[in-house]
Amino acid sequence: MATVLAPPHHYLNDGYGIKSWLLTRDHKRIALLYLASITFFFFVGGLFAVLIRLELITPVGDLVSDETYNKLFTMHGIMMVFFFLIPSIPATLGNFLVPLMIGAKDLAFPRLNLASWYIFLLGGLFTLYALVTGGVDTGWTFYVPFSTTSSTSNVIPAALGIFVTGFSSILTGLNFIVTIHRMRAPGMTWFRMPLFLWSMYATSVIFVLGTPVIAITLLLIAAERLFHFGFFDPALGGDPVLFQHLFWFYSHPAVYIMVLPAMGVVSELVAAFCRKQVFGYTVVAFASLAIAVLGFLVWGHHLFVAGESVYAAMIFSILSYLVAIPSAVKVFNWTATMYKGSISWATPMLYAIGFIGLFTIGGLTGLFVAAVGIDVHVTDTYFVIAHFHYIMVGGAIMGYMGGLHYWWPKISGRLYNEFLAKIAAGIIFLGFNLTFFPQFILGYLGMPRRYHAYPPEFQVLNVLSSAGASILGVGYLIPFFYLMWSLRYGPLAGSNPWSAVGLEWTTTSPPPTENFARTPTVTWNAYEYGEPIESHVA
Amino acid sequence: MSPDAAAGTVPHPTHLAHQFDDAGQQREAASLGMWVFLATEVLFFGGLFTTYLVYRNWYPAAFAAGSHELLIWAGTTNTAVLITSSLTMALAVHAAQTGNRRLLLLFLLVTMALGLVFLGIKGFEYHTEYVEHHVPGAGFQFDPANAQHAQLFFSLYFLMTGLHALHMIVGLGIMSTMFWISWRGVITSEYYNPIEVGGLYWHFVDIVWIFLFPLLYLIARHAH
Repeated sequence: MATVLAPPHHYLNDGYGIKSWLLTRDHKRIALLYLASITFFFFVGGLFAVLIRLELITPVGDLVSDETYNKLFTMHGIMMVFFFLIPSIPATLGNFLVPLMIGAKDLAFPRLNLASWYIFLLGGLFTLYALVTGGVDTGWTFYVPFSTTSSTSNVIPAALGIFVTGFSSILTGLNFIVTIHRMRAPGMTWFRMPLFLWSMYATSVIFVLGTPVIAITLLLIAAERLFHFGFFDPALGGDPVLFQHLFWFYSHPAVYIMVLPAMGVVSELVAAFCRKQVFGYTVVAFASLAIAVLGFLVWGHHLFVAGESVYAAMIFSILSYLVAIPSAVKVFNWTATMYKGSISWATPMLYAIGFIGLFTIGGLTGLFVAAVGIDVHVTDTYFVIAHFHYIMVGGAIMGYMGGLHYWWPKISGRLYNEFLAKIAAGIIFLGFNLTFFPQFILGYLGMPRRYHAYPPEFQVLNVLSSAGASILGVGYLIPFFYLMWSLRYGPLAGSNPWSAVGLEWTTTSPPPTENFARTPTVTWNAYEYGEPIESHVA
Repeated sequence: MSPDAAAGTVPHPTHLAHQFDDAGQQREAASLGMWVFLATEVLFFGGLFTTYLVYRNWYPAAFAAGSHELLIWAGTTNTAVLITSSLTMALAVHAAQTGNRRLLLLFLLVTMALGLVFLGIKGFEYHTEYVEHHVPGAGFQFDPANAQHAQLFFSLYFLMTGLHALHMIVGLGIMSTMFWISWRGVITSEYYNPIEVGGLYWHFVDIVWIFLFPLLYLIARHAH
């Protein structure tokens, strides 16, 4: 294949004006708009985390007041969950790659795609405005009755911002589902699709079926605050636990919105950097769908201590265990793919391996909290915090970073500094574990979440955690700089710097606006890397 | 090769967006897109139906008492109006498919008129309930035995029918757009996706009402 190092026409030089970006319908440019927006929200959310960890260095609440602290962790959660983690991989890498991977010119509805970015930005900025002009102190979960009757903070504006942003998720999911169903290139059958697309499809199903439920729930909160309807107010005959059911019906599947795309990325990375077909392709593909479906049946495990009947708790506990099966299938299959593979230790692969390890810890501790007895002990402690940060940061963000590095040459046409990238990946891995592993111990020893002061015997572990957070912060800043630097000074990447298979690597880097010079016809399966053992023999 | 050269070999029909290969693919994408959106809508209303289910089970007497205060003739008339509008909508889609522009415009107009009749009757009902102090809040008045829980019924009634009415208003906006592009002659027997997809939305909003009507108006109306 002739390698074109610098294509004369590509999507980045197809117009330079501000209008060519703000009115673009090109999925690749919209992906970059999303990338800039979520990076901004990520650093805003990170700033709140810095303040939280600074406060927790000492046992007494000395840096901020208790009320400010409540607002800090609320704003950290809202920013990170709704404005970074949920859109992270789907809206950036997904937007960029879904048409490229199936050999299409664009998503099915390019205008809707642009609209969803505007909706996202509108909701995000509105929420940010609510946060900086007074903040919200309910926790990102908006639990009633505090959020409806007690809290005097900006609950309605923040909820409204999240409500609006939800529609961008729905429209993105809708676009992906229709695109994957209807826009595949000739020969690109379902079982020839890269596993990243299966995970995007599963994620989209959750977007479409879960997001409207959080939308209506937030609407009920707003109605309750505005008109005193009393749906969740026991004094008026309402039921606060109903809120928790409705909230977690979306918000538990939302966890899979965060981690499923990362799993898809890891499947791509493991295949490309072990030069092997993913072990048990079909099973991994269906595991994504199984996680999406089972994810809708487990919300009750958030209510073990909220007055749920013991039978309901048992059922939800068992269903939660079931999610471990497809999750474990994926971990085993990635490991089996690596077995006897020709592994290269490029930066994306480091993130993939980091993901597998950290996700395993996050997943196994998920089994702890899915067991009713243990959950009663550790509920609302730092054990839970550590568990879900292993999934969301150790899992989802590791996958996101791995994918960003893997496809960065395709997105930008340039190579980043591999040495710095490896250093940063190592720093992130170390910083992450130092931040969150002590929190498992803290939680198990009984330190509750959401307090700005704690008994002095917890200080050592908290100082370790804060130290880890500062390392983690540095680790996230380094890629920001070398990736920016590579945009101008990085060496040209060529179409396929990793010698990977997949349609996205057959077009130029950066790709032309139309993606492919001619619509490709697919006659091969995903990940046809040949057998590494034979090549060694030869 | 420049993108133009790739696309340039076959002239692209006017209403075929650049990302599609042919009109069939575009029509299927539009239709699937609307079905997926409707799935979202089902779950959106689903949250409210769940809330309704819980409280109706907890407070059956209060819900029955609240239901009896609604204007059943208005609800029944509105049901008939909406079902008729679904018929005219289906006829509009048929007229679009067969390329009959005059009939298409006529049926769209009738559909919109029926939608407006629905909203008019609904507005009259809201006014009646306001006058009778059935709006939840400080001014709510009801038989003291059921007052508190009947307020939950009316909260749900206003929220559910209100959201439904909002969807009707959006639907009227869509219909107006459909009317405008049909008037300009954009819709032909080759290209009628907007009418078909807009019609799907309209039918969905009707179906929501078909569930709302018995749940809100017909509680405990059966003969004993």
